[in-house]
Amino acid sequence: MAQVPESPLLELRDVCKYFGSVNALQDISLQVNSGEVTCVLGDNGAGKSTLIKMLSGVHAPDAGELLIDGKPIRLPNPRAAQAQGIATVFQDLATVPLMSIWRNFFLGNEPTKGWGPVRRMDVGKAKSTMRSELAKIGIDVRDPNQTVGTLSGGERQAVAIARAVYFGARVLILDEPTSALGVRQSGIVLKYIVQARDMGKAVIFITHNPNHAFLVGDRFVLLKRGRMMGSYLRDETSVEALTEMMAGGAELQQLSDELSKLADAPEIAAMAEEAKELAQGAEGQ
Amino acid sequence: MTVTAADFQTSGPAKAGDERLTHVGRATRLLMRPELGALLGAIAVFVLFMSTDATSNHLWIHQTGLAAWTQQASVFGIMAVPVGMLMVGGEFDLSTGVLTGVTAIVMWFFMDKLHWNAWLAIVGTFAFAAVVGLVNGYVVVKTKLPSFIVTLATFFVLRGASVGGVLKLNAGSTQVSLTGSHYAGLATAKTIFGSSFLASKALPNGYQTADLWFVAVTIVGAWVLNRTTFGNWIFASGGDANAARNVGVPVARTKMMLFLATAMSAALVGIISFTQASSAVSEQGVGYEFFYIIAAVVGGCFLTGGYGSAIGAAIGACVIGMAFEGVIYAGWASAWDFTFLGVILFLAVGVNTLVYQRAMKARR
Repeated sequence: MAQVPESPLLELRDVCKYFGSVNALQDISLQVNSGEVTCVLGDNGAGKSTLIKMLSGVHAPDAGELLIDGKPIRLPNPRAAQAQGIATVFQDLATVPLMSIWRNFFLGNEPTKGWGPVRRMDVGKAKSTMRSELAKIGIDVRDPNQTVGTLSGGERQAVAIARAVYFGARVLILDEPTSALGVRQSGIVLKYIVQARDMGKAVIFITHNPNHAFLVGDRFVLLKRGRMMGSYLRDETSVEALTEMMAGGAELQQLSDELSKLADAPEIAAMAEEAKELAQGAEGQ
Repeated sequence: MTVTAADFQTSGPAKAGDERLTHVGRATRLLMRPELGALLGAIAVFVLFMSTDATSNHLWIHQTGLAAWTQQASVFGIMAVPVGMLMVGGEFDLSTGVLTGVTAIVMWFFMDKLHWNAWLAIVGTFAFAAVVGLVNGYVVVKTKLPSFIVTLATFFVLRGASVGGVLKLNAGSTQVSLTGSHYAGLATAKTIFGSSFLASKALPNGYQTADLWFVAVTIVGAWVLNRTTFGNWIFASGGDANAARNVGVPVARTKMMLFLATAMSAALVGIISFTQASSAVSEQGVGYEFFYIIAAVVGGCFLTGGYGSAIGAAIGACVIGMAFEGVIYAGWASAWDFTFLGVILFLAVGVNTLVYQRAMKARR
């Protein structure tokens, strides 16, 4: 599946980012190809958010290079990233709850008609485009005037993803899209990821859930405390290996021991058992 | 072995004529509009004063009543519309009231002290207001302090300057006025800003040209807010500034423009009142900023930003105009109009809260 072109669509070379004395990211190298899903995995504080912010033009790297189509490039602001075809679906989705779906969909890129003082938004076009774009990923909009605040979490993700795809994204960055969702809603979002990949987009899927990552990923990049723990192709790894690398087998064993001490309550005991199994599974790899 | 889209068992694209599509009736759609509460309130207030009208011949429902309350409503409305839009954009401006008085004094200064032509003085007055508006906007955007505090400071600066400046320029008097008829351009400026029309035997003073300015400002405001790209940015800046910034909306510029708009409207009101009376007093307009905010809230603008209507704010100004005049027509002591406004404001906030809850819940 993974067709590697001569130069990757997006590449990071030895990128570093410091906040004061904190090394938020240290020597990160990453390649992203179109038609591939690259999963960035890491626990809280691993530097995932900093990485996305650099890719989407919010922060500039302090060292290292960012290349698009093999050419070094700087992204001074989010608009510059958008112009390069990098669209980010932030964790908070960048949607405004009190505004209607169509207003949100075109926010910042409103279609207009007329000129001079009568230049206005093309509301009819905005509504019909939004409806057809959402239909492409299987969402039927009941009423384009419905406020985004009334949509479910999965539907809001859909609006944000459809918006990014419509506005010419070549690289689609999804920041923890499944973290706040239930099983079924997560499944729907994973389906959108696969659809975007099949459209030839390069998808960067940031998550702390190795199960979700392994369902759709072609490449896996692990971050821990701002450093790369490794980069693997799908054939080179497994869900268990990813889990172990993320959490660390020793840490899981310690968690299991701690929980055992508190094992009076049955639900704690169950958690301890689970942690133990995970630790054993990880050692078995 | 990579998964494909088909591996996820979810509902496919909707077929035409989706069974989930519930018909949203015209009545429900109307109930969702932010200006509806204001309209119902305005009708209720109109009917109330119609029934309590104590004048001979029931003047409230005749031209006299209309001319009287629109005269009040227009100068409130010219401000309430941009103040409401600023509130939709998530900010407050407490310096608007005093600025309507200060701009009148500034126009007097240009004409009487600097001997400018009235039209040049009008341009100068708008320029002065633009500076005040941009300073308000710039300080709010740059310091990220609450606009409530920033414009409260502006309010006190202007209030002091209006008293101190007038006393200094005018030999200890608190009133400034044009005397004589030697002021170039004053006659034409008065025709455009400060005169009346449609005078008749039944209505000797006619309607104020300010009423037409009020209608014009409302139309422009409603157009900008609902139909233009900038209007979309206003809703987004007030609804979720961070989200708006992330999708490329220039939030800071949007807010600066809104502060500019309220200040320019204050200049318009100052010019209207000065050309009407050829005079101004220090501290003129002080306290009116609250009427503008009340009008905007009655019109469905949220205090928390992100939602509201320019037409609603205009209707809110009409409610305030009717309250001030209706109390006189009803023969009540005029002090009660404040109590009346307080009750109306309270009811309006209640209605807004219901609208908010509906907007955030699935609509059925």
